Amino acid sequence: MRKILVLFAHPRFEHSVVNNAMVVMEKQLSFITFQDLYESYPDFNIDVKREQELLLAHDVIIWQHPFYWYSCPPLLKQWIDLVLEFNWAYGPNGDALKEKYILNVVTTGGAREAYQTDGRNRFTINQMLAPFDQTATLCKMVYLPPFAVQGTHRLQPNELAIKVEEYKALLNFLSIETSPLKTLLHLEIINDHFIQPK
Amino acid sequence: MGNGFLIQAMVYLSAAIICVPVAKKLGMGSVLGYLIAGIVVGPFLLGFIGEEGEDIMHFAEFGVVMMLFLIGLELEPKKLWKIRKLILGTGLSQVLVTTFAVFAISLVLGMNWQASLAIGMSLAMSSTAIVLQSMKEKNLMQSSAGRSSFAILLFQDIAVIPILAILPLLAIHTINADAAVSHSILDGLPGWLQTLALLGAITSIIVAGRFGISPLLRIVAKSRIRELFTASALLIVTGIAFLMGMVGLSPALGTFLAGVILANSEFRHELESDIEPFKGLLLGLFFMAVGASINFQLIAEKPFVIATLTLGIILLKASIIFTIGRFSKLSHDQNMIMSISLSQVGEFAFVTISFIGQLDILNREDTELMMAVTAMSMSITPVLILLNEKYVLPHLGTKKIDERPADAIDEKNKIIIAGFSHFGSTLGRFLRANGVNATILDHDSDRVDLLRKMGFKVFYGDATRVDLLESAGAREANILISAIDSHETNLVLVETIQKHFPNLQLMVRTKNRFDAYELMNKEVKHIYREHLESSVRMGVDVLKKLGFRSYTVQRAAQHFIGYDEAAMQELHKLWHDTNLYISAARKQIEIQEELLNNDFAQKPSFNDHAWDSDEMKRVFAGK
Repeated sequence: MRKILVLFAHPRFEHSVVNNAMVVMEKQLSFITFQDLYESYPDFNIDVKREQELLLAHDVIIWQHPFYWYSCPPLLKQWIDLVLEFNWAYGPNGDALKEKYILNVVTTGGAREAYQTDGRNRFTINQMLAPFDQTATLCKMVYLPPFAVQGTHRLQPNELAIKVEEYKALLNFLSIETSPLKTLLHLEIINDHFIQPK
Repeated sequence: MGNGFLIQAMVYLSAAIICVPVAKKLGMGSVLGYLIAGIVVGPFLLGFIGEEGEDIMHFAEFGVVMMLFLIGLELEPKKLWKIRKLILGTGLSQVLVTTFAVFAISLVLGMNWQASLAIGMSLAMSSTAIVLQSMKEKNLMQSSAGRSSFAILLFQDIAVIPILAILPLLAIHTINADAAVSHSILDGLPGWLQTLALLGAITSIIVAGRFGISPLLRIVAKSRIRELFTASALLIVTGIAFLMGMVGLSPALGTFLAGVILANSEFRHELESDIEPFKGLLLGLFFMAVGASINFQLIAEKPFVIATLTLGIILLKASIIFTIGRFSKLSHDQNMIMSISLSQVGEFAFVTISFIGQLDILNREDTELMMAVTAMSMSITPVLILLNEKYVLPHLGTKKIDERPADAIDEKNKIIIAGFSHFGSTLGRFLRANGVNATILDHDSDRVDLLRKMGFKVFYGDATRVDLLESAGAREANILISAIDSHETNLVLVETIQKHFPNLQLMVRTKNRFDAYELMNKEVKHIYREHLESSVRMGVDVLKKLGFRSYTVQRAAQHFIGYDEAAMQELHKLWHDTNLYISAARKQIEIQEELLNNDFAQKPSFNDHAWDSDEMKRVFAGK
């Protein structure tokens, strides 16, 4: 069984309906370690050693965050800056994270249609996540397509429940050792593989 | 050491051990407990002890001397200087007005003027022992009532000197006077020499306190023999008492002076903790002796006269003090506390009255009567204090519990803040700004009134009392925050909470790491040193002014605080193992040294390599 580390970054979690529903589900899964970054490091003073130990102890890493200004909240960027150290995560001797899987799990206010080359936001979600993709790649990790809950401003409760189910299916799939994760690399967003039968 | 002594000691000790806890349990305070114990074992009830009661009282008065030494230790010269007006103003007016009033009444009752004046001066005094002990026990020393009472008592102690000088002059039969007055070796000397000797004695205490005692104690402390230090502490007190007695000054005043001078010394805490148990036992003995000396036979013969006199004097003294309290703008409830507390005739009257008797100013019968009245008034005081607290104060000024109708917020008051001075109020305001209304415990009635006006839920009284905690909802609450200034009170509070309300999480403010260690010994998990954040923040600003970049310094500060808290855990072990007796000052220096060494070894500020590309450059250049 693969162990999953969720690095959750949300500066205003108590106001996020969608992330709340997702987190409640995540916390029930035994194979998940849930690290709430804004709760652990409200002063941005990240305990690098502890974070590195967490990374080493897991096989799949998830960056879960709202997609603020087409990127992550600042604490997650701080985490990337500080934790992924030279000659540990990357560089000539930086093999600590080699061949671990990693993906972004994001929530966006805009709908999926807006995140298209001909949409309002002019780029797709994974185009915009290119820096994360490359960060993972530099660390010799396998970067999977993102899971995105989109159009959160207009999401109805039943629709949210479906999204949470899809996410749960993804997490279960990730956790199974034999799941062929590399077959998902071509997807635009990983959701498409886990669409639940209505 | 005969059997008699052992039996007596046994009687006194067991009476105290039985009566005092019972009295405390019933909310009566230890003074009343001791008094009752004394009455019970005294000649009129069980008769375990007989007429030697008075001798014991003289012996036990030494407890008062020790108490004043301890009070002096807590009062730095600067603080004493600050309250000089209070001492002179309230003290002088109390002694003068009371003396005059009693004098006038005695004249009216048909006594000659000499006797009237002598009685007036004797009755003006209050009991330092009873008042201060009761107030300390109720944590009232820092309240305005406590401060004013202390000022009056201190002035009375000073007034003893001229009073003892005046009394012989009132003697009708001068033949007897010489025998009675020979309490001082100076009596044979001419007046100017006596004055010189007095000044010399006081100067020698000040000089010794300043320059002699501390070096001596340092040498003794180095020997690391605990009982030697206790011996030196006792020697200081007895020596000064003896010196003062020799020149005819009040020993209590002398030791008080020595205490004040030693208040700044590094041995203050050691002296305190060494003298404290002796003081406690002797005071207890003193109260028991007072209880035992009550002449119930005389009271049975003249119940009406004694009751009238006792109550009359108490009423007179209380109303004079109350009036003075009005002038010094005490609030009604504080004023009531002070007036009732000081309303008795003090132990000093035992001395003066017997002296008056010896001088034949007063006949034997009246002397006995006054003695009985004095003892009665002293015994009644704790009862009056209790009644005042239970039945009068609740209707006056600040109530213990706010009687506003309970509103919805009540149920959400899951947090109790003990102490609402600077620290507690900042904390409480922050919580309230975030919609958390804590229940507040405070023992400053003026502040409590203000807070209630502002809509806070406030309980008035001593936060270490179980019943107050209970009514403040300590059973249902989750967290108790102690923002109390006094470390000693904090320790008591922690013990009380751990014993009676183990459900409460304790979060405790503390002054410094040494107090923190003591709390850590008591297994308090959440300890907040009040200076830590602000001093580091100040350091941050200093570095910024020196040109450091803000965020770099900010990170350095975060690391430093984290490192310092970790170091505290480490050094706590060292503190813990230092079981050997060495002075607190030396212990502190050792820990300080250890800290500085650690800083040097670990460089908490210089190992931050975040956003630092030096290593990368080095590696790639090397390739």
